[in-house]
Amino acid sequence: MIEKIVVLEVVLPLLAAPVCVLVRHPRLCRLFSLGVVALCFAIAVAVLLEVRGGGVISYQLGGWPPPLGIEHRVSTVNAYLLALVTAMALVVLSFDSRGGPPRVPEQRKHLYYAVFLLCISGLLGMTITGDAFNIFVFLEISSLSSYILVSLGGHRRAVLSAFYYLVMGTIGGVFFMLGVGLLYQVTGTLNLRDIAVRLEPSLDDRGTVLALALLVVGISIKLAVFPLHHWLPNAYSFAPPKVSAFLAATATKVSFYLLAMILFTIFGAPFVFEELRLQAVLLPLSILAMFLASGAAIFQTDLRRLLAYSSVAQIGYMTLGLSTANATGLAGGLVHLFNHAVMKGGLFLVVACLLYRVGSVHIDALAGIGRRMPLTSAALVIAGLSLIGVPGTVGFVSKWYLVSGVLERGWTAAAVLILLSSLLALVYVGKVVEVVYFRKPPETQPIDHVREAPFGMLAPTWVLAAAAVFFGLTTNWTYGVAREAAELLLAGGI
Amino acid sequence: MRPPSRVREMPILRVIARALVPVILLFGLYVQFHGDFGPGGGFQAGVIFAAGLIIFALTFGVEALRQVVSVVLTERLMAAGVLLYGAVGILAMFLGGEFLNYSALDPLTTGHHGQHLGIIAIELGVGIAVAATIMRVYYAFVGRRLDGDGEATEPALGAEPGEGTP
Repeated sequence: MIEKIVVLEVVLPLLAAPVCVLVRHPRLCRLFSLGVVALCFAIAVAVLLEVRGGGVISYQLGGWPPPLGIEHRVSTVNAYLLALVTAMALVVLSFDSRGGPPRVPEQRKHLYYAVFLLCISGLLGMTITGDAFNIFVFLEISSLSSYILVSLGGHRRAVLSAFYYLVMGTIGGVFFMLGVGLLYQVTGTLNLRDIAVRLEPSLDDRGTVLALALLVVGISIKLAVFPLHHWLPNAYSFAPPKVSAFLAATATKVSFYLLAMILFTIFGAPFVFEELRLQAVLLPLSILAMFLASGAAIFQTDLRRLLAYSSVAQIGYMTLGLSTANATGLAGGLVHLFNHAVMKGGLFLVVACLLYRVGSVHIDALAGIGRRMPLTSAALVIAGLSLIGVPGTVGFVSKWYLVSGVLERGWTAAAVLILLSSLLALVYVGKVVEVVYFRKPPETQPIDHVREAPFGMLAPTWVLAAAAVFFGLTTNWTYGVAREAAELLLAGGI
Repeated sequence: MRPPSRVREMPILRVIARALVPVILLFGLYVQFHGDFGPGGGFQAGVIFAAGLIIFALTFGVEALRQVVSVVLTERLMAAGVLLYGAVGILAMFLGGEFLNYSALDPLTTGHHGQHLGIIAIELGVGIAVAATIMRVYYAFVGRRLDGDGEATEPALGAEPGEGTP
């Protein structure tokens, strides 16, 4: 049964978007998109349960068999991502609508939901499809809609940062497109599995190496790998808070999946990591990201920018796991997708709560807010501790497996650096916690009028904060699936 | 509604536009519905159809066109076109095939008829969506205030992230 409806994962949000345009009623649209996303989440979980243990679901669009037809192909790797994206979309959408775009007039709010659904659909499409050109199409759908979402931030600079994001994103998209074109020239096919099979004899072709380079650079821009990350801090700090939460929790994660899938499934670990030695580039960049971006985060005075720079650093951990190219390290990187989504999504939802009640998330404006908004501040502390990697939180789980993977590879220095970079996280999280709890509010800006955030905002925030603890204590689900996905990737399957 | 003054002084333009616009619209429909036998299809047809209407607006004024096709209508048609495309796919699923498997639309014959039906229906969806989108883009270019809410954006109060970029 489930293999017959797996395509709905993409089709439902894609068609729900025009329905929202027709309905033109913001509250109805919100409920409708919530229902659609909940349905997608249910399907994603059912799919994940179905494919766990090595199962594969292949769906032939239009009844045309692959490799000529377009195939949607789900294994543990992308079923994990589908569940992650739909879960985060569900949590973010259920967050009170007052965390949405601040300056969109009521009679155009339905378009915001339509764009949000399109973004979800694009991300799910990139994850689910087994066709290289299809990835590009969905990449464009998700990118274009996320540019719009970022530009709705209300501040004048939101438009500018959305434009900057657009320029960088388009460059990334073009690189990806050129890479797909070269692969098509070398292999004569667009089906991912077919490309992998036919690429085997021509791996040493100059065209193949160029295609790999273009694909990796293109996706690295989308993923915000260290020197290509410059669009991210602006985009995340000027977007509407709900949008930041959603993008931080999903967009870069799907890009990471694409990168892993291209390296391991299409080109294969032996070629990429033994012949070309990509880790010689990826490992130093990851470590630089961990240190420089965390260092930049320490000096930020705006909570959103601080979190955005911390995201760049966390992406460094993920790519570090990728560059180990062994099951433990890669599983560590993959499990960090989920873990980082939970904690960073939670932190950005905290930002949304604070923005709603305090009106600013400048570090000085937050002085003493811990007494006025105890529940919000507690969620901030829990997610922040997880960012540092305190045992009992999800952050610890990721770092544990990352360090194990790195040690398995024999890179003792890198393991030490991971632990040292956690200290930087301690500094920037500690800075925020210190201000929120221990500093007196400035006399010029009394905060007596500030009350706790409404329930509609607190509940989703606390779902993520609770998940950060729950999945930090039980790792059967997260690490179990990630480990299986990592072994599948290393074996060259999808 | 009075057309723009410069065009009013150009009778040749107006006479030719009056003669050409219906032909262009008809040609658009021809490209749409002949697309399954010869060159053509929804995208080209939609562009041609919208181009005909835009020529009408250029000669007789945007207001004249807005009386025929309002801005809200273009937005609705954009969505409806996409939905028509998707609905064909979903219908195929209900009839037992895969998403967009047109053969399932006609279970009685060997499948060619279904393919024919399916492609006509989805291309109609494409045509409607493309024509509406092009017109909406045109409306967006000719005047932001047409739909009554094109107010200039100002920085939001309060929510102002820090300026410092390292």
